[in-house]
Order: sequence, then structure tokens, then C-alpha cells
Amino acid sequence: MSRQNGKQGLATKARTHAADLMGRVWSGQFMESMLRPGSPFKKGYTDTPRNRSYVIMNNVLYHLHPVKVKRHGVKLSYTLCLGGMSFFLFILLTITGIFLMFYYAPTAERAYIDVQALSTDIAFGSLMRNMHRWGAHLMVLTVFLHMSRVFYHGAYKPPREFNWVVGVILLLLTLLLSFTGYLLPWDQLALWAVTVGTNMAGFVPVIGAQVKFALLGGVEVTAGTLLRWYVLHVLFLPFIIVIFLAVHFWRVRKDGGISGPL
Amino acid sequence: MPQIPEELLRRSAEAKAKALGLPVEQVLAEMRGEAPVTEMAAESVVVPAPKFVPTTPYQPVSEIPPDPPPPDPASAPPAAVTTVAEEEPAETPAAPTPTAEAPAAEAPPAAAAPEATDNGASGNGRLAAVVSVRPSAPPADLPEGVRHQRLLTVVKARAIQQVKADPTDKVNTWPHLMITEFTALLAMTAFLLVLSVILQAPLLEAANFNATPNPSKAPWYFLGLQEMLSYFDPQIAGVTVPTVIGIVGFMMIPYIDRNPSTRPSDRKLAIMLYTIFLTGSATLTILGVLFRGPGFNFAYPWVDGVFFDDLKDWVDFGGH
Ligand code: HEM
Repeated sequence: MSRQNGKQGLATKARTHAADLMGRVWSGQFMESMLRPGSPFKKGYTDTPRNRSYVIMNNVLYHLHPVKVKRHGVKLSYTLCLGGMSFFLFILLTITGIFLMFYYAPTAERAYIDVQALSTDIAFGSLMRNMHRWGAHLMVLTVFLHMSRVFYHGAYKPPREFNWVVGVILLLLTLLLSFTGYLLPWDQLALWAVTVGTNMAGFVPVIGAQVKFALLGGVEVTAGTLLRWYVLHVLFLPFIIVIFLAVHFWRVRKDGGISGPL
Repeated sequence: MPQIPEELLRRSAEAKAKALGLPVEQVLAEMRGEAPVTEMAAESVVVPAPKFVPTTPYQPVSEIPPDPPPPDPASAPPAAVTTVAEEEPAETPAAPTPTAEAPAAEAPPAAAAPEATDNGASGNGRLAAVVSVRPSAPPADLPEGVRHQRLLTVVKARAIQQVKADPTDKVNTWPHLMITEFTALLAMTAFLLVLSVILQAPLLEAANFNATPNPSKAPWYFLGLQEMLSYFDPQIAGVTVPTVIGIVGFMMIPYIDRNPSTRPSDRKLAIMLYTIFLTGSATLTILGVLFRGPGFNFAYPWVDGVFFDDLKDWVDFGGH
């Protein structure tokens, strides 16, 4: 009887201690130091105009957003969220891509087998691969549509001319990222789609042959091409696109926020 | 005891004398506390009739009790605060919060009159007064919280305000924009997840350099080009069209289109050209994806089937 009581007492004690500890972490120095003033996760956050500003201004979000935006720019019907979706897809592709990298080796012997294993054996491998592939197609589409919405709004006009130029570079980089990824499964589809694609590059006059040689690392697609495109796909092109994305977002803000209203 | 440098005092006295129409020496003496303060009606001080004008050096702002005794000028404060006298109220309501892009000087702490805390975006202010707030305890007969202000100088508003933007209708990013973004993000994730559960990405036989599939197709975003290559000489379709027009031409659009208007009715040509480009590339891509069979010859998807492996699992068109 008393033993049972003692046990119960212990459990209760442990619970109160745990709750107490959680409470202290939550409102204590750690949370205090982690969350900057005005964070909505902070204890005692109230919805005041000042705090609404602080949520952005005092946090890392300030790198992406100003405190206030034009009322019409917030409307979904203006941007259709296409630029934002392109960026978000890029993030999703990075996450799923890192997962794929754990199970993939860019060699002629292993690449195909690895992708096959991803599609059949590895937990969530098929889901991750599908998300990566469909997400990549979708991103090409959203970037293209984003460009079209910018055009129809005339949003490339001064002072936004240069951001349009940056945008075209982003479109090219998106296409290159997608195209280099296309080769990596190293199946018939990959090999011949890339062969056809790079053959088109070979038609460039004067420098065509050289461009094709540099792209492929040879006169035709080889195992060397696979390694080359893998490095471009997972390292070089993401690195470059992130730089241009940073410039792009910075310029959206510095050119006076979203354009319009029409 | 903070000491105001002589030349600063002199400069502010000159400016103030000019604004008040008094002799400089007299104002200087007043500022030093050597002469009694000249009483003047607020309206007579600044021509454009601002709402808040520090009339006398020592008059406390708002909620003024009648006849405040002149405080000791020697306790002139170290901290100077910029107060802006607005000619008209700004079009936007005064923001009680610090505005993001406004330079710090435009949003003084709410030490002075309330209209002084306007974010300054309107640029209507004609005059600004550099006023110092006395941090020391107010004289005993002042109510709690009332602070003394001491006019140091009167300057043209434009000199200390950088007026950059016209007032626009703005809303807080949090929550208005971030809620939309977050919802869109969740919707996109859900959509992609469902799509990826339903549709399997294609994986054909291992790469084989000796077996060319028929037809061989580029990824869909290049299929429009491949389609064009089947009509034109490769020197034209593979080069001039995509690289020159596609890349350089696209980058130059903002520099070619000199029409400043963004109204659709003013941009009929631009819109027409882009729409032609859009429908043209869509048509070519769809042709290349769905209507090209073995030998890249024309084929009907509902008769011959779909020759595009990324789409194989999507729709069953019959045929084959
Ligand atoms: C990876 C690709 C891209 C990403 C992630 C991206 C992202 C964004 C975002 C988030 C915005 C804010 C407004 C909106 O969502 O519409 C924006 C605006 C803009 N983008 Fe992009 N973009 C990309 C590609 C492009 C391309 C291909 C172009 C044009 C050739 C372009 C031109 C512009 C311009 C001119 C603006 C300012 C629009 C305005 O003020 O209304 N961007 N971009």
C-alpha cells in the first residue's frame, strides 16, 4: 500500500519536475535569448502594431521581407504567388535532393542500380525521388509562368529592368539544373534525352562543337559526363542560383517592392 | 553640467531670431537665461501655421500648466531630439511603430508632440525644430510625465528629413503577407506529395549506348526546340532562334520596350507579341510531347499512344 503510494508519488514528482523544467526553459533565459523581442512564439506576445512590425524587423525574416508591403501586392491575384512558389519548390528540391544524394553514386556502374533501389527498396526512396522529379518539372513551369505574369504586368519597366535580366539568368539556371538532373538516373531515357539535347547545342555555329565538348567532357555522353553533370547539378548550379536568387529578392525590395497596381 | 558650444548656441539663436523676427542678441541672451523670455502667440511664430511650434525656449509641450517657470538653462541636456512641425497632417495615419525603411531620424521617440512622430513620408513639413528634452526632474509644480523642451534651433525641414517615397497604402507583412505565403507553401507541399504518391517517376532500362530508342526526345522544355529543328535547318532553329532571340533578346526586353505605361490598354503590341510567343511555344511543346512518334514523325496520341516517358503513367490514351 505504502509502496504503491510511494511509486505514485515518484511519478507525480517526476511529472511536476518535468513540467517545471519545461516551464523554466520556455520562459527562462534560453528562450529569452533565442527569441528576439516581438517574436510571436515569445510568452506574452500580444497582437499590437508594434509587435507586428517586430515579428519581421527583429527576426531573420527581415532578410526577405520589409515590415510593410503594398496592400495590393498582398493579394494573391496579383503575383499568383508564382515567384514565391518557384523559390519554395527550389527549397523542396534541395531537401529531397539531399535525401537522394545519400543513396546515389555518380558512376556508370552504380548510378542506375542506385536509382532503381531508391524506387523500390529504400524507405521513402520512391516518394523522395518522385517529389524531386515532379517538383523539378513543376519548378520549370512556375518559373516560366512567373516570367509571364511579370511580363503581362509590365513589371520589368523602370526601375525593375535589371531584375528582369537577373530573372532571365534564373530561368536559364533553372533549365540547366533540370537538364543536368535529367541524366543522373542513367537509364535509356536519361542518356538519349541528353544526347538529343546536347546535339542541339552542337548546332551553335563556330563554337558549337566546343560547347558540346565542354558540356559532355568528350564528343559524346560518357561516364565522365555523368560525373561532370552530377557535380554541376548538386554543387555548382545550386551555388550560382542561390547567389542570383539573393540578388533577385534584394532587388525586388530595393526597386520599390512589388510593382503596380496597374 | 553639459555646455553647449558657443557657435552652436549662436547659430540656433540666429535661426530662431530669424523665425521669430527678434534681434539675435536678445534671443541669445534668452537662451543663456540672461534675459526674460519673450512671450509670443504660437501662431505668430512660424508662418505656415504648424500644429506644434515650440514658441519659447522653455515651454513644455502639450498639457502645459499655465505659466511654467523658466527652468535653469544651465542644465541644458546632452540629448537632442528632432521634432518635426508638420504643416498638414500626413495622408497616412501616424504610425505608432517604427517604420521599416524610414531612416532613423524620421521616427523620433515619442518624446515630443504626437504629430512629431509621424513617419515623415509625406514631406509636407516646412519647418523643423531641434528640441532638446531635459532629462532631469521637472519643477515641482509640473504634473508627472510632462517634459520640458528647449528650442535649440529652427531649420528647414528638408535639410534634416530625407523625403523619399510618396505615401502608399501599406499593410503589415506579418500577418497579412506571411499568412498567404504559408498557406500557399502548405498547399504546394500537399499537392506535390499527393502527386508523388500517385505517379511513379519513369525509370527505363539501364543506359545503353548501342540501342537508340525511337523516338529519342529531349526533356519537355526543350521539345519545342526539337520540334522546330524538325522544320528548319538546324543552323537556324538550333542557334539563332533559341540563343539569340531566346536569351539575349529576352534580357533586352526592358531596354527595347520604352513604353512607360503598365496599363494593358497602352501595351497592345507588347501583349500581343508575348501572347504569340506563349501560345507558340506551348503549341510546339505539346506537339513535340504528344504528337511525335517513331522517327519523330507525326502521330496521334489516341491512335499510336504517347511517346513521352515522363507522361507514360499519367494518362492512358489507349492505342498501342
Ligand atoms: C528561380 C526562379 C525565380 C524565382 C525563385 C523568382 C522569385 C521572385 C519572387 C518571390 C518575386 C516577388 C513577386 C512575385 O512573387 O511575383 C519576384 C519578382 C520578380 N521577378 Fe522573379 N523569380 C524567378 C525568376 C524570374 C524570371 C525568369 C524573371 C523574368 C525573366 C523574373 C523577373 C522578376 C521581376 C521583374 C520581378 C518584380 C515583379 C514585380 O515587382 O511585380 N523572375 N521573383
